[in-house]
Amino acid sequence: MLIYTLFAGILFGLYFSLVGLGLNLVFGVMRIVNLAHGDFLMLGAYLAFWLYTLSEVNPVAVIPLAFVLFVLIGLPLYYILVPRLLAAKDPEMLSIILFFGLSQVIEAVAGIVFGRSERSIPGGELGRALAGFVNLFPGANMESGPVEILGQTFPAAWVVAGIASLLAVLCVYLYLYRTRLGALTRAVMADREEALSTGIDTHRVSAIAFAIGIALAAIGGVFAPFMLGSITPAMGVEATVTSFAVIVIGSLGNPLGTVLGGIIYGVSYMLMQSYLSSWANLLPYLLLIAILLVRPSGLLGRQVRLA
Amino acid sequence: MLSRRLLRDAAFIVVPVIAVMAILPSVYSNHLLLFNFVVFLTLAQGVNILYGFTGYLPFGYVGFFGAGAYGFSIAVLHLKAPPLAALIAAGAAAGALGLLLAPLLRLSGAYFSIANLAASLAVLQIISNPNLEDITRGPYGISLSGVFNPTLAYAMALAILAATLLFVAYLRSSNFGLALQAIRENLFSASMAGIDVVRARMIAWLACALVAGFTGGVFAWYVSVFFPETVFGAEFSIFAIVFALFGGTSTLLGPIVGVVILYGVYNLIGVSAPQYFQLIYGFLIMALVLFLPNGLTSLLQRRGIDVP
Repeated sequence: MLIYTLFAGILFGLYFSLVGLGLNLVFGVMRIVNLAHGDFLMLGAYLAFWLYTLSEVNPVAVIPLAFVLFVLIGLPLYYILVPRLLAAKDPEMLSIILFFGLSQVIEAVAGIVFGRSERSIPGGELGRALAGFVNLFPGANMESGPVEILGQTFPAAWVVAGIASLLAVLCVYLYLYRTRLGALTRAVMADREEALSTGIDTHRVSAIAFAIGIALAAIGGVFAPFMLGSITPAMGVEATVTSFAVIVIGSLGNPLGTVLGGIIYGVSYMLMQSYLSSWANLLPYLLLIAILLVRPSGLLGRQVRLA
Repeated sequence: MLSRRLLRDAAFIVVPVIAVMAILPSVYSNHLLLFNFVVFLTLAQGVNILYGFTGYLPFGYVGFFGAGAYGFSIAVLHLKAPPLAALIAAGAAAGALGLLLAPLLRLSGAYFSIANLAASLAVLQIISNPNLEDITRGPYGISLSGVFNPTLAYAMALAILAATLLFVAYLRSSNFGLALQAIRENLFSASMAGIDVVRARMIAWLACALVAGFTGGVFAWYVSVFFPETVFGAEFSIFAIVFALFGGTSTLLGPIVGVVILYGVYNLIGVSAPQYFQLIYGFLIMALVLFLPNGLTSLLQRRGIDVP
């Protein structure tokens, strides 16, 4: 039971770090709070749902499409909203309200277009994708169905979501630490003014980070039907708060911190679910407040957030 | 000492607003709507006290409102308290929550707002937990039909509104209000000038909590049947914040104008077509932040007119 809980916690934790990763990137680079993060996740979930329902596209195949599509949405959105916002007197505070407005717009449009009823995708789909992938290797013969790890069986959807999340985090890490654009992004993260004065086009760097952040949310959304339960237009708020808990536990600007935060969150969530289930929903909020008060810079962070 | 500015604000804004809201029930039959207007007028000023004068944006403001509603209900149901005494319990509940959450003031900017939001959701989760059914009725909601008295509840709501408006007028005309604004502009300069930063912020924070707590208590009294989700609904925080910002914070008039216009629009469209309302509202909020970040009153202030 305990081993099962811990392992499930780690799989969910990896997924939660994917959910929080985009928010972390946006806050780290622009110092603005994307309260609509969860709504982009919701849109990603609907993308996967409709592609599956209309033409049986496997959710795993939706991932690259979701990434490209949401990067293309994110770039113009950045130039419409953010430069004007950053010029205001108190951008951090105003961003909360601005993106709250955006989240209302997205939720309303989704409600009008998709309807308010709950949707889901059968969980076996991801298992088929996993089995298909493993069977590409010579000699492998895997049946689609639950996956066995250390004598415990887990739904294949959890395993696939965990692996995909890990890959996404790895890609973001490589982007930030192994590419030129990533180095520029980290420069903007460290000090926007100084980055500007050394000749970095901060708006271009920020726009790309913003678009990637939104696209990561949408990828997280592709797995949402399997990890977070059925999808509705109103699911965004909860996803946003969860993302905040995850990135605050880890630390800002550091993708590895987000993974740590996600795993701590996932494991404690699973432990609460198994041993104290009626109080499990309280966990993200308490964890968030406790970490903010006890160690405001997050577990791996150096910046100070005290007033 | 009463300054001339305080007297002027009281005479030209507080008295007319209270008078209008007191007369309206006898000429307009939708009393619940009028009551909601009073509630939002008060909550928007509560947000104004904190955001307008200290710069902290209480994104989970509804936590105090809900704590007040449940403080009131528990006093009535378990202690058999008369409603007016139960209102004190409502204030006490919100004040206690404010003290409990006071460490959040150590956080700055967005961290404060997010932690405050999380705190209000945590309080909702605790109160609506089925394990606490004996105390809070858990998710099944509260019924206070025994003390139902909308006329008196409305009068008390007006009294709370009047006290809140006077407090904001006081902040605008006193050294204490100036001190708060100095802290908002520059923490270090303010403390160098001899302002007790922690104490000043604490007073503003508790005042803001008490306003919402009393309002929540009187709301529970007025509606008398409600669920945890009703009194902890995020729309209370959001509406109060958007109304206050739309009108313009750190003025007395701004939040009033914001409530009258936006809550008026809400009741015109929101009831008949809620989905389109959410859409319009979202766009309105975005336009507000992008084009008028300091609110409607800033249009006048830019021309050098002193808005009360």
